[in-house]
Amino acid sequence: MSVLTGLGRPSRLRTGLGFAGGALLLFAVAPAVLDDFRLNLLAKYLCLAMVAVGIGLAWGRGGLLTLGQGVFFGLGGYAMAMHLKLADAGPGQMPDFMQLYGQLDELPWWWKPFENPAFALAATVLLPMAVAFVLGWVVFRRRVRGAYFAILSQALAAAMVIFLVGQQGTTGGTNGLTDIQGFFGYDLADPVNKETVYFVVAACLLVLLAIVRQLMQSRYGELLVAVRDAEERVRFLGYDPAKVKLTAYVVAAGMAGLAGALFVPAVGIISPALIGVVPSIEFVIGVAVGGRATLLGPIAGAVAVAWAKTALSERFPGTWTYLQGALFVVVVAFLPGGLATIFAWLRGRRATPRVSTVVDGPAARPVEEGVPS
Amino acid sequence: MSGLTIRGLTVSFDGFVAVDGVDLDVPPGDLRFLIGPNGAGKTTLVDAVTGLVKATGSARFGETELLGREVHRIARLGVGRTFQTATVFEELSVLQNLDIAAGSGRSALGLLRRRRGVPDDVARALETIGLTGRLDDLAGTLAHGQKQWLEIGMLLVQDARLLLLDEPVAGMSHEERDATGELLHQIALERTVVVIEHDMDFLRRYARTVTVLHAGKVLSEGTVAEVQADQRVQEVYLGHSTSTEGAA
Amino acid sequence: MTLVASQFITGISIGAVLLLIALGLALTFGQMNVINMAHGEFIMAGAYTTFVLQKVFSDAGVSLLVALPAAFVVAGLMGVLLEILLIRRLYARPLDTLLVTWGVSLMLQQLARDVFGAPNVQTRAPDLLTGNVHLWTGSDGVELTIASNRLFILGLVLVCLVALTLVLRLTPLGRRIRAVVQNRDLAAVSGVPTARVDRLTFFLGSGLAGVAGVALTLLGPIGPTMGTNVIIDAFLVVVVGGIGQLKGSVIVAFTLGVLQSGVEYATTLSVAKVIVFVAIVAFLQLRPQGLFTVRTRSLA
Repeated sequence: MSVLTGLGRPSRLRTGLGFAGGALLLFAVAPAVLDDFRLNLLAKYLCLAMVAVGIGLAWGRGGLLTLGQGVFFGLGGYAMAMHLKLADAGPGQMPDFMQLYGQLDELPWWWKPFENPAFALAATVLLPMAVAFVLGWVVFRRRVRGAYFAILSQALAAAMVIFLVGQQGTTGGTNGLTDIQGFFGYDLADPVNKETVYFVVAACLLVLLAIVRQLMQSRYGELLVAVRDAEERVRFLGYDPAKVKLTAYVVAAGMAGLAGALFVPAVGIISPALIGVVPSIEFVIGVAVGGRATLLGPIAGAVAVAWAKTALSERFPGTWTYLQGALFVVVVAFLPGGLATIFAWLRGRRATPRVSTVVDGPAARPVEEGVPS
Repeated sequence: MSGLTIRGLTVSFDGFVAVDGVDLDVPPGDLRFLIGPNGAGKTTLVDAVTGLVKATGSARFGETELLGREVHRIARLGVGRTFQTATVFEELSVLQNLDIAAGSGRSALGLLRRRRGVPDDVARALETIGLTGRLDDLAGTLAHGQKQWLEIGMLLVQDARLLLLDEPVAGMSHEERDATGELLHQIALERTVVVIEHDMDFLRRYARTVTVLHAGKVLSEGTVAEVQADQRVQEVYLGHSTSTEGAA
Repeated sequence: MTLVASQFITGISIGAVLLLIALGLALTFGQMNVINMAHGEFIMAGAYTTFVLQKVFSDAGVSLLVALPAAFVVAGLMGVLLEILLIRRLYARPLDTLLVTWGVSLMLQQLARDVFGAPNVQTRAPDLLTGNVHLWTGSDGVELTIASNRLFILGLVLVCLVALTLVLRLTPLGRRIRAVVQNRDLAAVSGVPTARVDRLTFFLGSGLAGVAGVALTLLGPIGPTMGTNVIIDAFLVVVVGGIGQLKGSVIVAFTLGVLQSGVEYATTLSVAKVIVFVAIVAFLQLRPQGLFTVRTRSLA
């Protein structure tokens, strides 16, 4: 069951090697073997993988099945896209779609701060975290959990999409914010700049990975698993489980926000269809397939599922939907640890028993006589 | 050391009064056994003291009023408890279980660091409960009795000054019971211990004082001999005594 | 005054649809604690059943009357099949049930696309159910009416509600369902065949989804994604209503309907959705377990 708990503790050397290997793969091998088009696709997949890393923490370790990560992905994406649209339009100008649909005379007040690049960048991460904090605080504090939480998070995604679609004049409605030309002064039509965006995405993913790794292996990570498995018991040990869960939820939201922000330059669009109920649950399937409680499983699963979707859905859209449904059913029902279970099983066959760090032996005091140890 | 002082404690569920105006004094360092037939309100009393159910009246630990506080705040005041069915974190190792129990006072920054080695208090508790050799094993793989020991160990590292144990020897072998009894005696040297128990044999051997609850009220209180001699207790347990002994 | 009354009537009819959709969930989620995301596709199955039957019976009225029991059976059997194949294995893992049944719902949607085509289809409503029923003429001369199809749905949901209540209260099956809800282990050792009770409960709950599907054909087109569009609202009704009892869902469905209609009139649909969501979260602050709860002494 170590796949579900993540008790394994690789040595520092192995971790270092792992990160170096990952960096090599992302920064040297991938750009060398993939053409511009595919590298750009990979950038998109890695953005989805960032969301998955956060879900792995919140759901895999914390038991918070969040079916609304699209909301945070969308907040980050819209925050970034709003800035880029304003930058594209030029100082004092309004984005194209507003003139088209909105017939607005001036920029809505809540768009104005996003002219400032620093504000927009900070907002891509902080805005989702703030929303997650408020929702998580009111929900966890009142012990709304399990399925209730999952349904609420999903309802949030549904409400957000309906809201965005309804405000076509100021949010672009169903179309979303499209046709983004530049990224902080760099022309996104230029393949060199596209490649740079890829490198930024890859670097951010590695940073998020390092953060989640630290969280999972810290005492907090152990506490999070304890809260997942026996929330009430943790309370009796003097902790407030609401805070423990809130931390994981807010971190996951921030990661989804950053992912959404980078998705915009990588793909050139953010729209309600990319952040609603269905995409939100698609984030979860990648995590489930890869291994919800592992560090790398969510990334591998997210990339694999996204790749399979691209490869299959264009040629056989129906087949892909059946396959996607079947993946959900088979993996979650019969392989809850995901594909990581299989890896762990293969590795477990040749692993040596772990040596404990404390000398074994019966306690010296007479009290313990007769206690099997 | 502090004791537990309960005055007029009342708990009712939808009109059913489970605990009915109980007064109880457990002096510091006592090893008090709480007995009574099923439905007497023993577990509910512990639930009320630890904040799990709402209650009226007063329950003070030392000078501090416990009623009305949140569960985790009561725990931080040094009140620890176990449950009828041992509740440990089955997917975590013995060491991790104890380390979590030891850590409610840790700072946020401390929580974000990895644990290095075995903290001293955890090592001592491991030794006390005889699980040193199993520290890396998942708690879920422990035998039933060992889980109950682990729970007691968690209370020790939690630094609970008042331990409320709900049937700690249920399902244990004779050897395990004796060892648990000795352990409780040792713990009561430094802390105040309240034990809910059905096992009369265990009670006779290890209880310092006994309180008998019946239908939500205190029926009798005193030493084991005094309580056994009490006519009312005999009435309540008439026909019950053999079965409760056998069942435990 | 008439305006308020007419918004209220709109709200009640929205609430009736919500309740009809949520009634089956109140059984499967509320009583059995199973989160069945494919419930929406059972609704879709009920709607397509109506569509198919209209090809068989040319008279819209006859086909509607035949469709009600037929959809109940079709959706009910789908539910039983799902219970036997998957849900039975997952009773201890409610969150995983949610994901698994989502996968099932994806497959059922695709199946509908393959069989009936991706574009929406439409059924004809019986003549009796087109047009409006006049309720009252206000002093200002404004007429208060209700669409006759919505009145029909209101009647249908009341019939379903009464029937379900009678089944739960009076029949041996109802007693067994309540026994299993209150204490599964005790019911099992008392000789209640819990597995069969689960299956029957699931049949009832899913069958009600089929009936809801028939009703939805009176309001709009039938399409592969029609289930997804309504399922979240239905779950919210049961969550806010509180599990284990029907009356919570009834009150919440009509309250949400009226709230939605009122706010929507004052603002827009998109703002109304957000406000309703905030209202629900705020309500759960007051009653985290929903409006009505069945008290237990377990730790959870």
